[in-house]
Amino acid sequence: MTSEAERRAPDGPHPGAVGVTAQGVREKTPAAPRGPDRRVGSVEVLAGLLILLVVFRDPLARALSAPRLQTWTTVFVSVLVQAVPFLVFGVVLSAVIAVFVPRSFWARALPRHPALAVPVASAAGVVLPGCECGAVPIAGSLIRRGVTPAAALAFLLAAPAINPIVLTATAVAFPDDPAMVLGRAVASLLVAMAMGWLWLRLGRADWIRLPRRPELDDSSRGRAFWGAVRHDVTHAGGFLVIGAAAAATINVVVPERWLQTLADEPVLSVLALAALAVLLSLCSEADAFVAASLSQFSLTSRLVFLVVGPMVDLKLISMQAGVFGRRFALRFAPTTFVVAVAVAVGTGAVLL
Amino acid sequence: MNRQAQAVVLLLLGGAVIRASLTDLHLRYVKEGLRPFLVAAGLLLVAAAVMTLYYELRPLLRRTPAGHHDGHHAQGDQGGHHAQGDHDGGHGHHEPRVGWLLILPVLGLLLVAPPALGSYAAGQAGTAVSTRQQPSDYPPLPDGDPVRIAVLDYASRALFERGASIGDRRVQLSGFVTTGADGRPLLARMVLSCCAADGRPVKLGLTGAAPDGLADDTWIEVTGRYSDRIARDPVNDAEIPYLDVESWRQVPVPRQQYE
Repeated sequence: MTSEAERRAPDGPHPGAVGVTAQGVREKTPAAPRGPDRRVGSVEVLAGLLILLVVFRDPLARALSAPRLQTWTTVFVSVLVQAVPFLVFGVVLSAVIAVFVPRSFWARALPRHPALAVPVASAAGVVLPGCECGAVPIAGSLIRRGVTPAAALAFLLAAPAINPIVLTATAVAFPDDPAMVLGRAVASLLVAMAMGWLWLRLGRADWIRLPRRPELDDSSRGRAFWGAVRHDVTHAGGFLVIGAAAAATINVVVPERWLQTLADEPVLSVLALAALAVLLSLCSEADAFVAASLSQFSLTSRLVFLVVGPMVDLKLISMQAGVFGRRFALRFAPTTFVVAVAVAVGTGAVLL
Repeated sequence: MNRQAQAVVLLLLGGAVIRASLTDLHLRYVKEGLRPFLVAAGLLLVAAAVMTLYYELRPLLRRTPAGHHDGHHAQGDQGGHHAQGDHDGGHGHHEPRVGWLLILPVLGLLLVAPPALGSYAAGQAGTAVSTRQQPSDYPPLPDGDPVRIAVLDYASRALFERGASIGDRRVQLSGFVTTGADGRPLLARMVLSCCAADGRPVKLGLTGAAPDGLADDTWIEVTGRYSDRIARDPVNDAEIPYLDVESWRQVPVPRQQYE
């Protein structure tokens, strides 16, 4: 017992390493001075939770078998399964940016003047296929590596909306209206740049609160890289779970009949589809097909749906609040929403 | 949630994703094309978990035989850990507490594994064929009698060219039963473009020797001919084409439930 305790001693404050069994006996003696040692760590909580879940698997499955709840669960799981690859690849890319790409690279790659860096960063979003879940950690990494926030935010908005996969999907979904593809690309690019420039004029650096990340400065690059991957997947992934749950709820709760009554009013239909884009939180690669199926709505209001969706939605707001801080998300998301609706309506009026 | 617990969650999530993508489970939620990406993402998650455990546990293993130097380094490391611990609240930011939620998808994939979208979802959404406004340049039906075609294919041909390319050929379709607004059974199939969140139903009305009294979500294969009858879906006011059923039989749930 002594040797066991000794071996663990340097590990004291490390909650996960506290062995419940090894310390169990001593836990009952209140005199023991080493506080943190006697706490039940996350690993034990996790193990207990998992055991409970396995034990109560059948009652749990039964409880979820009502059709509505079952549909909710299916949608929830499928949003996550769909998003996991994009999340993981985005996180790995952002860890590469954070650990392996030197700061000097960004100084050379982007124009020195922030106002010029914004359009370049927006255009850079075109080449990165992927959906919005991956773009959030990447933008966080860019800011961390000294890229001006305006440019990083422009990239954050542009990347999921106008990459080749998304534009191809849009072309496939709207075979009779090729202008939709052009409209989507133009409007999204305009919104991304407008938001970047708006940030330059109005944004305040202290709205963005990137969490402290000491592990990124680790002397071992391997440890820093995997530390960043682990942290970002659990962090952004956790917020993605919140977003997926919200999207699944909307999917099950909002009946399509409500939309039907809104479709005939030009102004209402734009607002309704903008709100729907926020609530549904679809992957940007899928939203074109959903927009196509909302055929009772005007093309302009469907363009609004396609422009707003990849830039503002529940899962994005949740992830942005996690990565950049709540103060940021509360200002950035509503502003983006207004700009995106305005630009998309304008683009629709000209092109469609 | 400390790093080791995070590693365990990542390991479970990666394992759940790999398992779902190697079995047919992923077909209930996403398109088959996503499969290689799912496997790759799952492997990366497992790698992240293994590397985290490796970096976390290596100092412990080394310390036992080794002297002070390593131990010292580890001490410094844990100063950081302590501040990051999620239990004392202070720095919840750093070792993210929100990571606990990742247990939910693990739970969803490993323990619950909800079924593919079925008649409940089909009843909630309007039939989705109305979207395909393609001109009537449908290729002729493939050979065979009856010829097997997809529900969506039949519905498009029936609606947009009034069955011209079907003529009086016998067609065979499979889908699940869902009860329409009038209480009569419809044949439906969900169409995915990306994942089940955007799944939309395609519905067909059944006349002739239509099945009766089948429970919702029963999978059937129907054989029949084009019917010019059309109904409207009360959900989105879109047209629902009909099929004149000659015969039908119950079939097992197919591997790929979406079209």
